[in-house]
Amino acid sequence: MQRFAKLLDQLILTLSRNSKIRLLTDYFKTVPDPERGWAVAAITRDLEIKSFKPGMLRQMAEQHLDPVLYGLSYDFVGDMAETVSLIWPTTHGTNYLPTLSDVVETLDQATRAETPQIVEGWLNALDPTGRWALIKLITGGLRIGVAARTVKIALAAYGEKPVQEIEELWHGLEAPYTELFAWLDHKAEKPINAARAPFRPVMLAHPVEEKDKERIDPSHHMVEWKWDGIRVQAVREQGVARLYSRTGDDISGAFADVVESLEIDASFDGELLVYDPDKPPFAVRSFGDLQQRLNRKTVSKKMRQTHPAFIRVYDLLWLEGEDLRSLPFSTRRKRLEKLFEAHDFARMDLSPLVDFDDWESLAQKRAAPPLDAIEGVMIKKSDAVYVPGRPKGEWWKWKREPFIIDAVMLYAQRGHGKRSSFYSDYTFGCWRDVDGKRELVPVGKAYSGFTDEELKKLDKFVRNNTLNRFGPVREVRHEPDHGVVLEIAFEGLNKSTRHKSGVAMRFPRINRLRWDKPPSEADELATLEAML
Amino acid sequence: MKFSELLHPTPAGLYCPVGDFYIDPVRAVARAVITHGHADHARAGHGAVLATPETMAIMAARYGENFTNHRQPLALGEKVKINNVDVSFAPAGHVLGSAQAVVDHQGLTMVCSGDYKRRPDPTCQLFEPVPCHVFITEATFGLPVFRHPDDRAQMRDLLASVKRNPDRSHLVGAYALGKAQRIIALLRAEGYQEPIYIHGAMQKLCDLYESFDINLGELRPATLKDGEGTPQDFAGKVIVCPPSAMQDKWARRFPDPVICFASGWMRIRQRAKQRGVELPLILSDHADWDELTTTLEEVDAEEIWVTHGREEALVRWAELNGRKAKALSLVGYEDEAE
Ligand SMILES: [Zn+2]
Ligand SMILES: [Zn+2]
Repeated sequence: MQRFAKLLDQLILTLSRNSKIRLLTDYFKTVPDPERGWAVAAITRDLEIKSFKPGMLRQMAEQHLDPVLYGLSYDFVGDMAETVSLIWPTTHGTNYLPTLSDVVETLDQATRAETPQIVEGWLNALDPTGRWALIKLITGGLRIGVAARTVKIALAAYGEKPVQEIEELWHGLEAPYTELFAWLDHKAEKPINAARAPFRPVMLAHPVEEKDKERIDPSHHMVEWKWDGIRVQAVREQGVARLYSRTGDDISGAFADVVESLEIDASFDGELLVYDPDKPPFAVRSFGDLQQRLNRKTVSKKMRQTHPAFIRVYDLLWLEGEDLRSLPFSTRRKRLEKLFEAHDFARMDLSPLVDFDDWESLAQKRAAPPLDAIEGVMIKKSDAVYVPGRPKGEWWKWKREPFIIDAVMLYAQRGHGKRSSFYSDYTFGCWRDVDGKRELVPVGKAYSGFTDEELKKLDKFVRNNTLNRFGPVREVRHEPDHGVVLEIAFEGLNKSTRHKSGVAMRFPRINRLRWDKPPSEADELATLEAML
Repeated sequence: MKFSELLHPTPAGLYCPVGDFYIDPVRAVARAVITHGHADHARAGHGAVLATPETMAIMAARYGENFTNHRQPLALGEKVKINNVDVSFAPAGHVLGSAQAVVDHQGLTMVCSGDYKRRPDPTCQLFEPVPCHVFITEATFGLPVFRHPDDRAQMRDLLASVKRNPDRSHLVGAYALGKAQRIIALLRAEGYQEPIYIHGAMQKLCDLYESFDINLGELRPATLKDGEGTPQDFAGKVIVCPPSAMQDKWARRFPDPVICFASGWMRIRQRAKQRGVELPLILSDHADWDELTTTLEEVDAEEIWVTHGREEALVRWAELNGRKAKALSLVGYEDEAE
């Protein structure tokens, strides 16, 4: 437990993904089974400890500690697990330190009546960091900023395997993952994924650059619209149906309506979108509407009715026991079309093909797509087999030109990690009229799109033109004839009640620095509103 | 004589009407008794200053030789009379020259601790408890969540990280007076003999410590000379700087630094995270909860007065333990860059 606690403690303060991966691989190297497997489960949040409830902790704390001192401490610290772990009286003489495996296995067997006493014994034995990790673990509050994807990459790095192989196995594996580690340690064969409806690692596209165009022959390529939703994989096999994100996370819970409608055993690759229930199917709604359903474990009945989801399918990976991934794209597409002729899926339709005669006409289609939910085109080689990852020269994405506006820098905030000594996160605004007075209203925030040289210049400007300081944030001068104009590129715009300006940008980034432009010539908020 | 007739709080600080002097006043006064050199306790501009020779030297280094009109140095353990009131200094264990002010008059003893800690520190004398009627204590870390771990173990963590990351520099943020020199001395005690690089703002105080025979080993300025050296020269090195410099332009000269911060506040994970600290070093020059409560038991005073910090919790502890205590709510003392 102490070693696991130390790992968590280090992970929580580490910013760079590479350093996190290094900490994890070190851990896998030095910690035996089943301990390291339970750690993987705990971090990727597969672990559920049913016999302990957070309320028990409070009761335990108050038995040992004065409630006033506990209250003052909690107010100061702001986190229950941390407060209890620090304030818990140290008991000398209890020297058996539980392992992570002890904790998981014991609590799995214990009844609710037994757990408080067991947990108390452990709290006595552990040091503050150990206590903190134990409490976080058993109360299910293990939010340490490590994505499951990072753990998979670390496992792949540890065993020197491609990460796709781990992703493919993931849902068939069970904690504490001894089979997986045996394979990574070269001590056993690769485990066979026995789980039904497994995830199949996805194939990704490269952006089209000017120089690529001559290599892409229209007669050997097929084109689809690029939909502005989220990439998903929908799988059904022998009664088990699942929906996966592009990294293999199971998101079935948030989209049960879609999962339920899978009526045949197959694996589909497509885009998850939200449609308008009052129009004939499927009138696609904006990404903002989809976002309201994302990041929720369960979705209310009402939300399902007002924001119904469906999948616009563009590939077929597996059908009734047959793996289609080694077939050319054109063949898979034919099989897919046949399937849609034979079935009327309640929550799926087929993403149509777009004619591709030459670049000129495709550019026009891309510039003026029939629907707002289209963000460009996908260009796929007709004979491309389906391979995980981003193989060169097979699939291409050609996105619509981004929206561009000129905005004025209002605030700057210090960055993180290597950028912690630079003001690298900028809030920018556009002009609007309020009672005949022109003022700047914040419309977004950007922290990328500039070179290191440009960052130095921006940082210098911030430091030399500070109006106010609020902790790590500085307000910078933004007068009609003094300030920085930032050319902002963004992918789309949503209405927002949370923002003062009433709009929220998607993926804003700095396109260019307009040192040549006075702030008075930056765009009006009305220009943005017209883009809605 | 009532306790408050010998010492009582005023807006300028603790005042002794019989002796007509203030202890650690926050404004300029005619006569000041100064417990130690931290800026919120030792201010410039008093008519006369009574302090240890070390504190006197620190004030002169910070404020210039004319920080007061009249200096009256008093060594730890010695006694003087100010208008019939006996004043002496007992070691406080906080920083070089830090003292508790012991005020005696007509058989009544009151001790003002200033800031203090109980654990050994190679850069200053160990705290000595003085039995008294009234003990006036600080409470910077006066919450039961603050239990500082072993300082040697913290230094070993730092050295382990230096070893593990030979390609990165370690930037240790530490308060320029006391904490910085203590870290350097502790690293030396752990056998670290490499040169340690220091921020320019620390040079004077490190020299001053050396002049009082505190050996800090080889110190080098953390600067790149024009046309000489590269940032890579700092890879694998330890650099000590004031906490404010960690996020300053100054910090950019170091290659991918591991940001370390030596402070008692680092006990709280969220504080470390907020400041972007990668390696928190829980190291404080103030007493932790156990040190505070042990001290209150040892000095066994009739009354406990709490000056600054988390007064409420310490007063609550006294209440639970049958001791009389009150918060003075003095203003002007900060949590320092602790
Ligand atoms: Zn101090
Ligand atoms: Zn203080």
